[in-house]
Amino acid sequence: MKKTKINSNNLLLLITIVLFVVMYAGGCVIYAAKGFTRLQTFLNILINNAGLICIASGMTCVMLTGGIDISVGSLVAMDCMIMAVGIEQWGWSSPVLMVFILAIGLVFGLVQGFCIAYLDIQPFIVTMAGMFFARGMTAVICKNQVSIVSDKIFTTLSSMKITLPFGGYVNKKGVMQMPYLRVTVIVALVVVVLIYLMLKYTKFGRSIYAIGGNQQSATLMGLNVKKTKLKAYILSSFLTSIGGICYCLNTMAGTTQQALGLEMDAISSAVIGGTLLTGGVGNVFGSLVGVLINGTISSLVKTNGKLISSWSNIITAILLCFFIVLQSVFAKIKDSKK
Amino acid sequence: MGFSPLLTFKLEGGIALEADVVLKMQGICMTFPGVKALDHAGLTLKKGEIRALMGENGAGKSTIIKCLTGVNKFEAGEIFLEGKQIVNKDTMDAQNKGIATVYQEVNLCPNLSVAENLYIGREPLTKLGTVNRKAMNKQAENLMRELELEVDVTRNLEDYSLALQQMIAIARAVDMDSKVLILDEPTSSLDDREVEKLFTMMRRLKAKGVGIIFVTHFLEQVYAVCDGITVLRNGHLVGEYDIEELPRVKLVAAMMGKDFDDLASIKKEGSGDKRKEPLVIEAKGLSHAGTIKPFDLDIHKGEVIGLTGLLGSGRSELARVIYGADRAQTGTLKVNGKEVKIKNPIDAMNLGMGLLPDDRKAEGIIGDLSVRENIILAVQAKLGIMKRIPMAKQIEIADKFIEMLQVKTASRETLIKQLSGGNQQKVILARWLATNPDFLILDEPTRGIDIGTKTEIQKLVLKLADEGKSLIFISSEIEEMLRTCNRMAVLRDGAKVGEIEECDMNQMSVMKAIAGGDSNE
Amino acid sequence: MSSLKKLTQKRLFLPVFSMILVMLINVIYDAACGNAPFNFFMITIKNGVLYGRLIDILNRGTEAAILAIGMTLVVSSSAGTDISVGSVMSLYGGMCCMLLAGFGNVNVSSYAVPLIVGIGAGLLTACACGLFNGFLVAYMNIQPMVATLILWSAGRAIGLLLCNSQIVYVRVPSFQKIGGYVGFIPTPIIVAALCILVASLVLKFTALGTYIQSVGINKKASRIAGFNSAKIILLCYVICGLCAGLAGMVATSRIYSADTNNIGLNLELDAILAVALGGNSLGGGKFNLAGSLIGAYTIQAIDTTLLALGVSTAQSPVFKAIVVILIVVIQSEPAKEFFKKMSKRRAMAKGATQA
Repeated sequence: MKKTKINSNNLLLLITIVLFVVMYAGGCVIYAAKGFTRLQTFLNILINNAGLICIASGMTCVMLTGGIDISVGSLVAMDCMIMAVGIEQWGWSSPVLMVFILAIGLVFGLVQGFCIAYLDIQPFIVTMAGMFFARGMTAVICKNQVSIVSDKIFTTLSSMKITLPFGGYVNKKGVMQMPYLRVTVIVALVVVVLIYLMLKYTKFGRSIYAIGGNQQSATLMGLNVKKTKLKAYILSSFLTSIGGICYCLNTMAGTTQQALGLEMDAISSAVIGGTLLTGGVGNVFGSLVGVLINGTISSLVKTNGKLISSWSNIITAILLCFFIVLQSVFAKIKDSKK
Repeated sequence: MGFSPLLTFKLEGGIALEADVVLKMQGICMTFPGVKALDHAGLTLKKGEIRALMGENGAGKSTIIKCLTGVNKFEAGEIFLEGKQIVNKDTMDAQNKGIATVYQEVNLCPNLSVAENLYIGREPLTKLGTVNRKAMNKQAENLMRELELEVDVTRNLEDYSLALQQMIAIARAVDMDSKVLILDEPTSSLDDREVEKLFTMMRRLKAKGVGIIFVTHFLEQVYAVCDGITVLRNGHLVGEYDIEELPRVKLVAAMMGKDFDDLASIKKEGSGDKRKEPLVIEAKGLSHAGTIKPFDLDIHKGEVIGLTGLLGSGRSELARVIYGADRAQTGTLKVNGKEVKIKNPIDAMNLGMGLLPDDRKAEGIIGDLSVRENIILAVQAKLGIMKRIPMAKQIEIADKFIEMLQVKTASRETLIKQLSGGNQQKVILARWLATNPDFLILDEPTRGIDIGTKTEIQKLVLKLADEGKSLIFISSEIEEMLRTCNRMAVLRDGAKVGEIEECDMNQMSVMKAIAGGDSNE
Repeated sequence: MSSLKKLTQKRLFLPVFSMILVMLINVIYDAACGNAPFNFFMITIKNGVLYGRLIDILNRGTEAAILAIGMTLVVSSSAGTDISVGSVMSLYGGMCCMLLAGFGNVNVSSYAVPLIVGIGAGLLTACACGLFNGFLVAYMNIQPMVATLILWSAGRAIGLLLCNSQIVYVRVPSFQKIGGYVGFIPTPIIVAALCILVASLVLKFTALGTYIQSVGINKKASRIAGFNSAKIILLCYVICGLCAGLAGMVATSRIYSADTNNIGLNLELDAILAVALGGNSLGGGKFNLAGSLIGAYTIQAIDTTLLALGVSTAQSPVFKAIVVILIVVIQSEPAKEFFKKMSKRRAMAKGATQA
């Protein structure tokens, strides 16, 4: 019924999906012997990046308004440190700490969002200050690495396996290994679906797109631009806090050097997933694919074994550069048509 | 200000508060810092009427509209909507009262679907409080059908032509139960067929009883679709007319401030034929898509060519193409007999050209730099980055031109943005004179500046021509052009349509040429 | 009252004021601790070299000061910041040490290639980074911060790659000279002085300053007046890259190794903060190099003071972040309007009481 709508925006997402499939298929062919073809390899990408998926979802919302939030990596580090220190030194129980961390996310987003939306300061500067603040606070809370061992709920959540009923393989010892997921993946996928629905079906979601499309028009159409922007930054920090908890469940520790450069991963995931840096175009599923591409790259580098880990950073940066330039070229073509 | 009786007979009284008057503005006054933008301006709009709002640069068209929509606060005067006095706080307030505006640039979100653009901010909701997309699309489809627009409402706005986008913007405005619809130059970027579509829609709305204020520069369009014309000039209301009362030439006369019956010939004495002088500029078929169609133009040494036409006719654009401010896409240009390629203004400058742009604020002044720096800018650009003009030399140049052009400034180190408009213009002029150009383009050099300075600039133009420099002079004031130009090129709707020789130059002939069409009706 | 107002409106007011404030805190702290109150300003000669907190600030502030030169130009011309400078410093270290040590070696005591080749190649690499950033910003119309984000991430990674993910030590005395001492003066101070000298000479004897400012203030008008704004912006980014290379040179020499993970870490913030603290608008336009430089040393003074107060290097970003936010909030339009309203209200209140 509906005609297929291929315009430059969908094209970006399409390129991304094709890229992912090609990359993964290539990995399967080259590293078949190393077990790349197993379902668990794919699930591991999800498990390793569950936190990043939440963060990238928040980042997508902010980028859709035409902004950016580079404080997320440091905020994750701070969250992890609070979690670790909270459990090991303050003796709080983990559910209380989780609520506390989510509340911190809200306040953090509120302050950043206020500066950006109501004081009209460039998002980059504000969130960069936020980034350094959070990183510094991490060190203020504790300078050393703290591992989480003593909270039962948290360790249980962390090691809980959700086994899938299919896709197993027989290992060398002849035991059937069923593929499994972790709680964090469920949380991440729920976040993606919820954000997708929110962006598509709520007034807030549509206002985000409208602001990214043309802020002046959005104002003239009677939308409350400032409030929407504020909410977007609060949402980003909140989702980052959720992501931070997921991240912590993976690492089970807090250090000052944790999640360095995670903001870069989140931004590049969103951009590779078809979110325009200028705002207005993109969706969370694209960002999910972007995260998967990033995950696949590092998985490939790891599986190779001989390449050093900074290759995955470099390849991601090259991809990011490619997509940024592609966006700019598309924008130029669009302009010249008019 | 004495207008001839012919033009002012409708100015006072006459317009009783008839039942079908939907909007009436009267005695609107408003000042910007230092400028009286509106001085007892007004406008009357009837139900189901399309009224053109006409005027040249600085006439106050956009200011009066902004007063109506609440963007500007006016100091005196009243606005009546359906007989009730209103004051709008902002555009939203105006919209809620039924006054909707559609601007030249489509103020919609290109990345949203057509339906969303129609309903965002007031979407139909489901019981859960989420946006009911189905209902929204349905409503949008109905609206589009009603307005006979063939649009798939689920597609993104950017997939449609500008004309359709413009009409969707109008549809949004109208669907909010507007009584008054303001169309602010909606046709500037549309082609003829698209304009016709727009007109069909306007007529349909008119039939539904909406009053439309139509701002445009294109005379053809006024006579094609409007019922009445309101003319403003220099912030004054010149008059409100029915379309039949005001043929083209009279309209141009009203806009330009010359009484048609009283077109005195104040032509300057013939300054001798410059045709024998060598050619400085030979343009053949130059054009820039979307702004100016291919044109030919020859300019001789010591000649002043006037470019005349209404705002938006392509008079500025023609000059910009020669200078390389907009890159020529077709045609050839010869300077002093040699064919040249101008990619950027600096190429033109190295060939001895200079351009004083019409938008002083956006393209002329470098606001945060001092008067001195602004004056030496072009000379510096020609010298290149490595050869900085020594400070002593800079001061010498600056002082020389401040003295010569009598720029009123506290010191040469005052920031240019702190100067008055006329003095800013003199500084920009000084910038070009300092480069000692052979060929200078002056685009509206006299706009928005006081009478004294205007005369000075006109004298300067004649002096420069005497010195053997060639000039292009663009002005909305015909009188100025008559006084200074050797020849005039006439532009209309983005094309050069003819030239007027010095012997034929008078107010009447120029206005007829500008008006075009069947001028004798 | 009015003279105070005049003073606060001077361009150099903000940086000088904050510098004095930092010094004052030091004096008070020293007095409170029972040290000599003017400990801060004491310069002595210990072990044959200059010693003292002021010297330390001048020495340690070198990298930030050099970066601030390039950053000032970038901010002025393109109304955006180059956040890749820290990574480029690290990339310089990787390139230079890799060449000097020979690829794969991690601890050498003699050069594999002449010193000048290593430094030259490092600086060229840094310039190339600037060229890349500048191209994206000036010719592809990408927002500066986003364009430089690419190298922000990749620069360090490429540096790591060049060093094979290890810390490469070059234990040759001549290599340590730049981060060490010439006579009794720390070499970085001399390097910074040279950079500042060259920058001010360039600004004095070429028209670069005029070009950059007019492009930054009004791109369109600059074009009409004959400037090629894209080229100017490109040039600024290349200069910024070069500055990052020079800063990297000092940083690498200090630790005579390419610790790519840590060289120049977070220094982009210092550089941007220096520009803002120097009274320059981050929105581009007019710039004041002296302000940026004072700003850079003020930040170093803050760091040194914090260290003296017992705050660790890892924690100091908290305070810097607060300073950044305060500065940008004060500079923001709504805040300015708010202050204007406040002063108007106060004036009105005054008028009322007088009447």
